[in-house]
Amino acid sequence: MATAVAKAGPAESVEYAARIEHVSKSFAGPVGRQLVLDDITLDVAPGEFVTLLGASGCGKSTLLNLVAGLDDPSSGSIKTDGRPSLMFQEHALFPWLTAGKNIELALKLGGVAKNDRRERAEELLTLVRLQGSYDKRVHELSGGMRQRVALARALAQESRLLLMDEPFAALDAITRDVLHDELTRIWAETGVSVLFVTHNVREAVRLAQRVVLLSSRPGRIAREWTVEIPQPRRIEDAPVAELSIEITEQLRGEIRRHGQQ
Amino acid sequence: MASSDTKSGLTDTRQARSDGNLQTAGLEAGLDALENVATTRTPFSVTFRAKILPPLIATGVVLLVWQALITFNVVTDPTKLPSPGDVATEFKDAWLEGKLLGYIWTSVERGLLGFLLALAIGTPLGLIVARVKFVRAAIGPVLSGLQSLPSVAWVPPAVLWLGLNNSMMYAVILLGAVPSIANGLVSGIDQVPPLFLRAGRTMGATGWKGAWHIVLPASLPGYLAGLKQGWAFSWRSLMAAEIIASSPDLGIGLGALLENGRNASSMPMIFEAIFLILFVGIAVDLLVFSPLERRVLRSRGLLVKS
Repeated sequence: MATAVAKAGPAESVEYAARIEHVSKSFAGPVGRQLVLDDITLDVAPGEFVTLLGASGCGKSTLLNLVAGLDDPSSGSIKTDGRPSLMFQEHALFPWLTAGKNIELALKLGGVAKNDRRERAEELLTLVRLQGSYDKRVHELSGGMRQRVALARALAQESRLLLMDEPFAALDAITRDVLHDELTRIWAETGVSVLFVTHNVREAVRLAQRVVLLSSRPGRIAREWTVEIPQPRRIEDAPVAELSIEITEQLRGEIRRHGQQ
Repeated sequence: MASSDTKSGLTDTRQARSDGNLQTAGLEAGLDALENVATTRTPFSVTFRAKILPPLIATGVVLLVWQALITFNVVTDPTKLPSPGDVATEFKDAWLEGKLLGYIWTSVERGLLGFLLALAIGTPLGLIVARVKFVRAAIGPVLSGLQSLPSVAWVPPAVLWLGLNNSMMYAVILLGAVPSIANGLVSGIDQVPPLFLRAGRTMGATGWKGAWHIVLPASLPGYLAGLKQGWAFSWRSLMAAEIIASSPDLGIGLGALLENGRNASSMPMIFEAIFLILFVGIAVDLLVFSPLERRVLRSRGLLVKS
């Protein structure tokens, strides 16, 4: 039960999609309690695209789970504007349902009336450019198509915040590039807020309005960058590369500290 | 990098941006087409040669060897090994007397009814064992242990409890099949990938909704395997019960036919009964469970073509 996740109703006007305040999380480890996240404070504004960047052990996936309400913080509070939807590195589509029915299940659980579901599912498939794939089984789709159906399913939840946990990490580079373009387009079209976790610096810069760098063990916010390069960007663009180099330097500095300890 | 004399647009950054949307659409369609796996169904002639012909040949070989044992006087005592012809005559006589289908139906009716009962009891039992920790700790080990207990062991107590009647047969079937079905469901549920549960929870599928929309469909392959095994156990239990507890009031099923054969020292009748028992077991598996299992596995892309 996610007691710390207060659900703000639509009547209450909220100026955030997610508000993370002084959140810490520790787990029972082999050598006593291990602090994974230390005093994280972060806002995601409505319609904003934020990437969380960090090396292994920075607790970025843990933080996403907390925001998703799948786990509770040890201290601090997390508020979200409605229940966020979550997309994983693995597509997590249900293999017993077709692509269309996967989306319809999300619509059904979200309380969409039976008669409207089919049409809405087709609309969402069109949004991710998979019109005509309604009856396809999950195993008949390629990796990139699966992630697009997963994205459509996440959007079907009509949440104002989309959490993405390294959703493109398992894809080949060509497909990943294309999905970056698609995600940027869909984000602009839907106005959904995105909190996107990655360990890929260029991906973070390519996509985000704001890049948040987490340090490792425990995860703390090390630095933030506002990315003012206009969209649509390309991952090869010079300004993207420039900022990526700066961020990478900082990231490597964070990692080096662990070697010196 | 960008050359202006190329019309491809892919290398021209500016152009790619101006109509980037269209470009992406085309690019994506191309990627999808490249990665599309064509799924074709195997033609019947291939299936026939790969799947149907081998068992037919094996059966033919067994019949040939059997006949050879008689023809070349390896086995001379017909009370030990009747000839295939004698057994065929036994079948023919039973058919002409109109009894053959009666034997089969008496047993199949009991078997199916018992199996359906076992299904109705085993399914909720499996759900509870899988989902409630205390119940699992309490009866989980016993439930899997029961699978290794030969169901024939239940016949003597069942006869004493219920007498020589149909209820006793059903009791033996249930004791044999319920643990298999429940265990199948438990292992099916245990094997549901945690990712599906997490995905379900973020979509609001918790509690009963989660069980209905995520856990049950995800565990279907394991459950079906349990059902298949449950049927095998039902059938075996029933035969054990019919052999031991034959009584004229119960009608002659296949187990009773076997027992009658023994009493009459009629090897052809015994062979007839054994063949029928085997035939029903295989037929139900081939006509009901295998197609069901294949259908489920194929729709999930879990059926690997060999």
